[in-house]
Order: sequence, then C-alpha cells, then structure tokens
Amino acid sequence: MRFVRRHILTVAAFIVLVYLFIPVAVVGVLSFNDPPSKYNTKWYGFSLDAWTNMCGIPGVCESFIESIKIGLISTFVATVLGTMVAFALVRYRFRGRKTTNLLIFLPMATPEVVMGSSLLALFLNMTFPLGTTTVIIAHIMFTISFVVVAVKARLQGLDPSLEEASRDLYADSRSTFQHVTFPLVAPGIAGAALLGFALSFDDFIISFFNAGTLVTFPIYVWGAAQRGIPVQVNALATLVFLVALAIVLIAQFVAWRRRKALQADMASRDADLKALSMDALSRS
Amino acid sequence: MVESRKVEDLHLRNLTKRFGDFVAVDDLTLTIPAGSFFALLGPSGCGKTTTLRMVAGLEDPSEGSISIGEQDVTGLRAFKRPVNTVFQSYALFPHLDIFENVAFGLRRRGVKDIKPAVESMLELVELTPMARRKPKQLSGGQQQRVAVARALINEPEVLLLDEPLGALDLKLRRQMQIELKRIQMEVGTTFVHVTHDQEEAMTMADTVAVMNEGRIEQMGAPADIYELPETVFVARFLGQSNLFVGKRESSGSDSVTVAAHGQQFTIPNSRNNAPGGDVIVGVRPEKMTIVDSGDPIPDMHDRIAGRVVDVSYTGVSTQYLVKTSWGEEITVFEQNDVVGDQSEVGDSVEVHWARDHAFGLDGTGTSADDVESAMPVV
Repeated sequence: MRFVRRHILTVAAFIVLVYLFIPVAVVGVLSFNDPPSKYNTKWYGFSLDAWTNMCGIPGVCESFIESIKIGLISTFVATVLGTMVAFALVRYRFRGRKTTNLLIFLPMATPEVVMGSSLLALFLNMTFPLGTTTVIIAHIMFTISFVVVAVKARLQGLDPSLEEASRDLYADSRSTFQHVTFPLVAPGIAGAALLGFALSFDDFIISFFNAGTLVTFPIYVWGAAQRGIPVQVNALATLVFLVALAIVLIAQFVAWRRRKALQADMASRDADLKALSMDALSRS
Repeated sequence: MVESRKVEDLHLRNLTKRFGDFVAVDDLTLTIPAGSFFALLGPSGCGKTTTLRMVAGLEDPSEGSISIGEQDVTGLRAFKRPVNTVFQSYALFPHLDIFENVAFGLRRRGVKDIKPAVESMLELVELTPMARRKPKQLSGGQQQRVAVARALINEPEVLLLDEPLGALDLKLRRQMQIELKRIQMEVGTTFVHVTHDQEEAMTMADTVAVMNEGRIEQMGAPADIYELPETVFVARFLGQSNLFVGKRESSGSDSVTVAAHGQQFTIPNSRNNAPGGDVIVGVRPEKMTIVDSGDPIPDMHDRIAGRVVDVSYTGVSTQYLVKTSWGEEITVFEQNDVVGDQSEVGDSVEVHWARDHAFGLDGTGTSADDVESAMPVV
C-alpha cells in the first residue's frame, strides 16, 4: 500500500508520457516499415528504404524544402517586426497602445479556418496570385503575435535600472541597445523565433487556403493521406522530431553544465571564505 | 591605486522637479563641497532620490540648474556627465562578468589599455579573484563593491550612491559603511549618498542634509544637527526627541524661560531657534535622567514628574516611557552603568535634565496635539 502511495505520481507521470509519445513512436517505427502496398498502417517487415531514399517519392522533398523556406522567411520577418512591436509596446506611451495590445492577441484567438478563408478572400479580391508569397504573408501574420508576446514578457522582466546604469556609464542609446538591452532580450527573441518557425512549419489550415497550387509539407501529407502515406513521410517526420529533440537536449545540457560550474564556483568560494576566516582567527 | 585628483564643488540652484501636480523637489539650492562625503537623508518620498537622479541626468529638472565647478551640466545627457551612480539594486549587467562590468564605462568611452585600470580597481574593492565570475555568483556585499568599482573607475567628479546598503543585512551594512568610507578617503571623490537610515547617514557622512517634502530642513555636521535640531521634523527624524509646546515667558541675557503645561523650562539663547513667543522645548531622551520622586535634583536642571508606563531593557541601556501629568508620554534612555538600579512600571518618578541640553524650536502654528500625536517618522 505504501509502495503505491509513494510511487503513484511517478506512475501517473509515466502513463501521461506514454500517452503523449505513443503516436510519435508509431510514426518512428513505421518509418522502418516495408509495406507491399501504399498503405503503411501495419507492420510488414524491416527496411531502411525510406531513410536511405528519402526523396524517393516525387514531391516529398520538394514540399519539405518549400516548408522550411517558408518557415525561415516568415520567422525572420515576424521576429524582426514582432520584436520592434514589443519594444514599442513596452517602452513607449502612445495613442492606441492599449488597442494595439489587444489587436496583437486577436490572431491567436481567431479560429484558423476563419483567418485562412478571410485571407483568401482578401487575396482574391486584390487579384493577388496565390503561392509562396501569399503563404509567407499569412504565416508572418499569425507568428508575429507569438513573437510579440514572448519578447514583451522578456522586456517587461528587464530591470529598467540596467539601461539607466548603461547610460550612466557613457553609453548612448545605440550603444546601450547593442551592449545591454539586446544581449539581455536575445534569449526571448530566440525562443520566439523557434516557436514561430515551429508554428509556420506545421501550419496546414491557413496554408491550404492560401497556397494555390503550392504544396507545403503539411499539404503534401494531407494529400498523400487520401491515397496512402508513403513511408518517406514517416522518415521525414521522425527526422524533424529528432532534430527538435536534439535542440532541447543540447539546451538542457548547456544549462546543466552552467549550473555545475556555478556550484563548483560557490563551493570554491565557500572554501576561500573558510580559509580566510581561519587565517583571521589564527592571527588574532 | 587610484590617485586623488582635483575635484570640484557640486552646485544645485533652485532645483525643482514636478511630476504632474506633485512637487518632488522644491526649489533646492545647495552646494556640496568637493571631496566631501555628503548624505541626503529623509523618509521615502521626500525627494532625495529624485534629486540624485537629476544630478545623474536620469531625470530632467522642471526648473533650476546643476553645475559641477564652473560647468553647467543641466542640459547634458546622462552619458555625457562626469558623474556616476551606484544603484540601489546595483544594476550589474548579468550577462557580463565582473571584469567586463567594471570595464563597461571605459570601453564605452573608447579608452585604450583598460586592463591595468580595471585590475587596480578590483584590487581597491578587494575582488581581484572574482574577475571572471558573473554577478549572480557573488554575494550581496561583493556585488555592492562591484557596483562601486564600476562607477569609480571612470573617475567621476561626483559619485552618487542611491541607498547603496539597503539590500544588505545589518552586519554586512556596518562593514560596508566602513569600507565605503575607506574607499572615499582613498579616492577623494565627492560622494553624495542618499539614504533613509539616519544612523547610516550620521556614521558615514561629513555633512548631512535632512530632506522633507522636497526641501532641505537642516544641513550640517551629524553631531551639530543631532545636538541642535532646528525643526520639529529634524528633531523627530534624526533620533528621538521629547517635545513640549509652550509660550515664552521671559527672556534673560543668556536664556529664555518657557511655560508649558503649567511648568517652566529654561533654554539657553544659543540653542533657541524660536523667533517668536511660541516655543517648543525639546530634550533628547539620553540627556534625561530618571530619579524616584522626592530625590534631590541637581542645580540648573529642569524637571517633570510622571509615572513609568513602560520599561524596555536593551542591554547597554534601558528605555523608559514616562507619562506626565498632562498625558504626554516621554522617552528616557538610561545607561545601565549601575547594576540593578531600575525603575519599574507604575513607579512615581521625576525626570530631569541639564538646562544647557534643552533646545527651542519654532512653535508657531503648532498645537500640543500636533507634536504629541506625531508618530515617530521613519
């Protein structure tokens, strides 16, 4: 009984993790499958075909690269614009600031179907040709909100006296931004960019409305699903998952190393202090 | 080691700062002599920090001017002023190590070969072994010293310290007070120190200016203002005072006699700051002595009879609260220089003090209630 009570949290956590990762694991396992037909739904036999020949199916890699490209461009633009909006909202008092604050939240709250179809209507009205450009415009639009929110949080957490100290120490505004503000806000901006890229990369609904004949990776997968998803899609998806996992693990490792260095430092400082006080004692 | 240089006086002329309707600093005119350790002392909201920020250039004055020696700096941006600040929160740059924090000002001014300067500054504040650590890895006292080093390395004309010891615990604060004084003597720069801690101001500064509601109430050497406060606010903010509101009865060649609550008190003329007939008699608690009723009182002493209502033993001294016949509670500190000589709660006693130790304050427009009900200001 006591064993159960003591371990119930661990067990519950484990079950939740299993629940979360079973789909990912299935995708990963099936990427090594060797199905005789188009339907990659049950296990037939082991094969590395999909991994060694990822671009073997026409359109898979093209769509994958297209999605990466769209993700990079829209993330870059959204990060730059969003960071500037965040600075303006936090640092300046101007007419319409509260309204802007509210409007920034709207794209996050609007159902994607509504946003996708409205954008489509807009582009059609303007007779703007659908394609990479329209998808990028749409992606910038919704990722910008997330960037603003993330950078704003970081900026608000910044002690204003740090920038005052910088000004006090002979740094003009440009120099203060370069040497104090930006380095301190950079982790927030980087986080916002990663989030923005992830959102853009896997967006389906809004992209689908505004893509025209363009095929992004999610659109490809959706189309393939009608006819049976090729194993290559599993391999690519697993690859993306592994890259994301690697990024997280590296970040964790760096943080852990830093913490350890800090602890070692603290320990040596304590030792120093002890030595000092012993010294003082022996002298007195 | 940093060499002593010629530094210049800091002049504030008619300095005023308004935030909307609120006047934070009210027509302040002040000269802070070069090389002095100057303390601006006052309760929170009295305008001391605003004054400091105006000198630093972080706040624009609404009116008035600030100059250092002959140079008017009122219109200069913060990064152009020969003034540096030690912030209350230290404001060390968390992403830079200690060396780079200290080097920051020199780097921004494009000074070449900064290594020796930074190293000698770290030596001055005894932090050489910490050069490559990040601020977070340092203790509060060490961070404080980095903040001082980072400001001082620029050899400012004036170093501003905004409640620099506020975040430290008591023991460390005492240590840092001594440390800061040592550094000030060594570098010879003018230090302007803002604090609400009267003990800190008195221990460290050569000159203390007591501020209240945007104005300076009194300024002078710590002992001078403590022994002879000129206003009720100073008498109560800087230490404690027992105050009796009364009217002048007669003036002699070297003293005045004041009637208050049916009693007579005498104040030396040299210690009377009341211009007119309304006089508040003030006596510091440690100048008073408690005796049992009927015991002899020395000559040239004034006395008040009362009953002990509270006794707090604090080791070196005992603090008594004595209620007078008219209901005012007066505070008396007695040195515990004799073992077992204590009055107890309920005892009928007489409190007496040497007339030379009393002081007179302007009582115009002040009623007994104003003074007696005033809570100790901190």
